[in-house]
Amino acid sequence: MDGITPAAGRRILPAGPGKVVGRGVARIEDGPLLRGEGRFAADVNFSRQLHMRVVRAELAHARLLRVDASAARAMPGVVAVWTAEDVAEIPPIPFRATKVRGLEPYCQPVLARDRLRYVGEPVAVVFAEDAYRAEDAAEMVVVEAEELPVLLDATAPPAEFASGLDTEPTVVRKEYGEVGAAFRAAHAVIELELSVGRHSGVPLETRGAIARYDASSDVLELHGTAKKQHWNRDEIARLLGRPPNGVHLFEGHVGGGFGVRGELYPEDLLVCAAALRLRRSIKWIEDRREHFVATNHSREQHHRIRAAVDAEGRLLAIDDVFFHDQGAYVRTHGARVADLAAGMLPGPYRLPAYRVAGHFRLTNKTPAATYRAPGRFETTFVRERLMDAVANRLGLDPVEVRRRNLVAAAEMPFARPLDTLGTDIILDSGDYEGLLDKALARFGWDAMQEELAARRATGECVGAGLAFFVEKSGLGPSDGVRVSIDATGAVELVSGAASVGQGVETVLAQICAEALGVDYARIRVVRGRTDRIEFGNGAHASRVTVMSGSATWEAALAVREMALETAGTLLQLSPSELTIAEGVVCRADGPAGPSVTLAEVARRMGPNAPEMRGRTPGLTAERWFWSDHMVYPYGVHLAQLRIDRGTGAVTVERYLVANDIGRAINPVLVEGQIRGGFAQGLGGALFEEFRYDPQGQPLSTTFADYLIPTIAEMPVVDVLIAEDAPSPLNPLGVKGAGEGGTNAVGAAVAAAVDDALRRPGAVTSLPILPAQVRRMLDGAA
Amino acid sequence: MSDAMHDFTLTVNGQAYAIRVEARRTLADALREDCGLTGTHLGCEHGVCGACTVLMDGQPVRACLLFAVQAEGRAIRTVEGLAEGGALNPLQRAFAENHALQCGYCTPGFLMLGTAILETDPSISDEALVEALSSNLCRCTGYANIARAIRAAADAMSTEGAT
Repeated sequence: MDGITPAAGRRILPAGPGKVVGRGVARIEDGPLLRGEGRFAADVNFSRQLHMRVVRAELAHARLLRVDASAARAMPGVVAVWTAEDVAEIPPIPFRATKVRGLEPYCQPVLARDRLRYVGEPVAVVFAEDAYRAEDAAEMVVVEAEELPVLLDATAPPAEFASGLDTEPTVVRKEYGEVGAAFRAAHAVIELELSVGRHSGVPLETRGAIARYDASSDVLELHGTAKKQHWNRDEIARLLGRPPNGVHLFEGHVGGGFGVRGELYPEDLLVCAAALRLRRSIKWIEDRREHFVATNHSREQHHRIRAAVDAEGRLLAIDDVFFHDQGAYVRTHGARVADLAAGMLPGPYRLPAYRVAGHFRLTNKTPAATYRAPGRFETTFVRERLMDAVANRLGLDPVEVRRRNLVAAAEMPFARPLDTLGTDIILDSGDYEGLLDKALARFGWDAMQEELAARRATGECVGAGLAFFVEKSGLGPSDGVRVSIDATGAVELVSGAASVGQGVETVLAQICAEALGVDYARIRVVRGRTDRIEFGNGAHASRVTVMSGSATWEAALAVREMALETAGTLLQLSPSELTIAEGVVCRADGPAGPSVTLAEVARRMGPNAPEMRGRTPGLTAERWFWSDHMVYPYGVHLAQLRIDRGTGAVTVERYLVANDIGRAINPVLVEGQIRGGFAQGLGGALFEEFRYDPQGQPLSTTFADYLIPTIAEMPVVDVLIAEDAPSPLNPLGVKGAGEGGTNAVGAAVAAAVDDALRRPGAVTSLPILPAQVRRMLDGAA
Repeated sequence: MSDAMHDFTLTVNGQAYAIRVEARRTLADALREDCGLTGTHLGCEHGVCGACTVLMDGQPVRACLLFAVQAEGRAIRTVEGLAEGGALNPLQRAFAENHALQCGYCTPGFLMLGTAILETDPSISDEALVEALSSNLCRCTGYANIARAIRAAADAMSTEGAT
């Protein structure tokens, strides 16, 4: 098994639209959400619950001297106030990803112990009878601290983190090929210094956590969870000294994830510990200001990149040194984003030699981790800026320089001597140049150039740019699904995946319905619950449709086989003569003749049916899909924009995302993912940034300061979903669609701004703010 | 006395709720916690995101910026009042048919904003629709389908009205 060749005998989803797969059917999730009957974290309530309020550090770096909670404890309605000494037995928040030796001392304690390291760090928690009183009491907690010098620049020399430890826990290094020789032999060497600002997912629902302890059954429940329930369950159990089967996590509706929600945070452990100790249910709902300073940030990187190219503009080598601003602690992702940046930087291009050193550094800011297209939004910006610079240096067209370097379809699967997330990077399938051609034609790239020239002649400041990207998706190693049909014929699908609102239920139901021959809209999809399935790897890294989708396909096919076998016995026909249509097993060659409902088949397989003596009863099957390698979606972004010379404002006029995802299970939902992803990318390209003053005070703590795009900033976005390169790594041929809309926006917009300014290489950082554009306009004049 | 309680009746979706709250309790919290109407969501609590948009005497307002006591004697409408006898109304249907929601958290606010738009200016221009919708934030959809859904509902309602 090389992991790329499909296993023999595996049943592949046939090409082309099926009965429900490949069609933009309506979502099964929408009803309760439209009626106001959703169950988001804040909607979860238990009788006699207490409300937790977190007291947060107001200094970016300080020695913690004393926390005086006496006044708060004396307030009416206050049940308890905890500081670090009350939770001394709870270990710091552990890693689940990209564990690198030596990171452990940089983990975050659930409450600050002797140092405050960022504004927003939890210092104490108040438990009170209602949320207003908890907040009143939190204001009465006095934190005495002695200010220390702050470190806010990851490119500055590392400082002391603690005795014997500096603020650079690790350097992520990857290298292959003869880098030095390539630079010596180069026709030209191009050097750039580029940076990406600090952004984050900023879902509309803030975080929340509600813990309940049922002493009668000795089970601790955590509600309001997302993304990674099984891993979080195991860790909460371990950290609180309980067996995993005595802890269960539940997912209701989730108001957006984007990477930041569903990681294990201090507040999750605090509500659990309090529910156990205080024997009351504990509810914590983050407010928006807290969200901006407490929930993971992302993106902030500074790259110093050099490329060696030949006379035709072909890459010979890339040598990149970057500085990753991790913020104050290393959280659950370990060094993942830096690792992804280092591994994914080469993108779609042939690259004979590569060396990267990612300096993973701590600063006195909110800790950072993943945000939609982590490490790729950043490195696509860096790599595509580099390709534009190569084109400019050699006098080549930006499209042509990319053509010369793209990995060819005939070279697939294309193995890079690199790894990321612990898997070898093998680009599984793709026709990169074919998609580039399609995208250019769809956008009318050549005709547009003439239009832009004509507009420039009338004094307008307009331009266009493009950027190619490779995404990654379907991170394994495993996920499972159990499909069951009950005695009424109702179908239930229990998955180890989670939903962050992207349409998981609908997509899994479509796959299940396609295999089974039932109505997708009547399938109950269970996700995000540790009490219904023993294992699961959750919803992240654009993995659900690949992993849980494939497991669904295989489990549903297994149930189908069981149903046909039992029905064959009942109908005295061979299973091969039968099919399932609309929940009825009937002859495959026509509707006439004997038939039996799936409900009847299920009853015949019930625990008390005589035929089941000595067998495990039930019309049910569980299947686990395993993958050693990720799949690699890819695409190209094309942007056309204008700049207002007076204000420096950039207005994107027209945009195309072309994205090959192998196979679209639901094209309407895929398009929704891409458009929504684009909006977040546009925010990162033009508007969003967490800024700090020189003392490390955060300046972006409201939606009035951290500007996420409104409808008014959105251009017309065209989406080209391509299915030219199905993945050979799964039976559905799918690759994830969650991140391609975001990945290349910064890169494409930067190229278009350069083009509008007629200043190649002008943009060196994101976001591109009006004040910078004004300066660039002055420089251009 | 800052903790003085106020007893009054809140009228929501035509139904009377007798509540007892502090003066500082927001309308959003009163709807959610005292009336049990959790369809109104809080996204920022400072009036920017619009997730908590409800209608007060027909006008869209931010429930996080109003105190509950300010809503006494006013007619409040929330997302729970939209469906007619359990069936989705034309605007809700249009949201489903146009994939105008993903996570659904901002959806109640957009539905109430859309309701106000449909009631006051059903033939609103595209430019004015964008202007009106720019008061609310969505982080999932990229907005195009939200505008499309409101336009589709307006068209459906004008067709229904004409026949």
